[in-house]
Amino acid sequence: MLRSDALQAIYPELQENIVVTIMGAVAVELYTLGHRHSFFYLEHAMGLASSMGLGIALSLPAHKVIVLDGDGSLLMNLGTLSTMARYKPENLLHIVFDNESLLSVGGFPTATAKGTDLAGIARSSGIPNVLEAHTPESLKEAVTYAFASNTLTTIVSKVEAIGPKSFHMDLPLLENRFQFKRYLESLKHASAS
Amino acid sequence: MPVSVTNSKLIYDALKECDVKIMSALPETWLVHLIRMADDDPDMTLVRIAKEEEAVGISAGAHLAGVNSALLMQNHGFLAAINPIVSLALLYKIPLLLLISYRGHMGEKDPWQTQGGLATEPILRALNIPIWHLNTPSDIHRRLKDAQTLAHASLHPVAILLSRELMWEE
Repeated sequence: MLRSDALQAIYPELQENIVVTIMGAVAVELYTLGHRHSFFYLEHAMGLASSMGLGIALSLPAHKVIVLDGDGSLLMNLGTLSTMARYKPENLLHIVFDNESLLSVGGFPTATAKGTDLAGIARSSGIPNVLEAHTPESLKEAVTYAFASNTLTTIVSKVEAIGPKSFHMDLPLLENRFQFKRYLESLKHASAS
Repeated sequence: MPVSVTNSKLIYDALKECDVKIMSALPETWLVHLIRMADDDPDMTLVRIAKEEEAVGISAGAHLAGVNSALLMQNHGFLAAINPIVSLALLYKIPLLLLISYRGHMGEKDPWQTQGGLATEPILRALNIPIWHLNTPSDIHRRLKDAQTLAHASLHPVAILLSRELMWEE
């Protein structure tokens, strides 16, 4: 499956929730589908999108947080799985697009191309709900199931190592940052009133 | 264990007055009482991380969601977190309240702590991160509050170096 098709399939769920993406192709493809003030694109600090998502999920327990992660990023911060699993925020959904490569920097294969099983690592780390979805339809079903279960979920989706032609996004990092913060604060105020 | 309970409590109370709601930590000897206090406090979310890099992400998320946090780490943990401090906190203008136990400085008996001790302040300065030393109990309350105020005003990390004199009772 193409990651852009996968994103398209779950875009209705993404646009209604808080989303933190990793850098590179995922960010551009989501942005191209339609930016929302509830989307934050972590354009550096590889591996930390899930940690940011955890920080947001713990801070805003009444709101769902979706992290769009990748194999290269998750392999850089495998400890995040055990930390998320330790606190199990019910409002956190962790989606890993596994294209078995570091696509944005030359397409070199990651360890998942040679047998490393991220879903297995997530399960063994204690993530209570681990799903695999390799078609847009099954990904959409998995997201619906994860939301309905109110349980910390990691979904691993194998995708093709194909990305966008351009990585340009007409959104300066700090504009995204302040916009996103204002959005989260509006949620907080809305739930407080 | 001669880690000062009294001074740990003063630090903890000062963090509470700063309205810190999330504390990330990786255990280290000088921090044991602070971590226990956070664990025993139903109003504090203690996040026990696997590596200090995660703490930068967690605090960034908390800040964007409008929640105050503090990062508790040994100076070697700070060294482990430099990339995210640069490529998340500095890049995205995220305030961080870094509480760093200053191992390997004057009085250190453990040889393995000494290189980190020598590197800590030069690296903080290279990153342009303001430093407050906490050496005496009477400084704790004011310096923590002022450090948090500067972090929020500048949208920049600040570092509190917890000294041996404060944390360790000989």
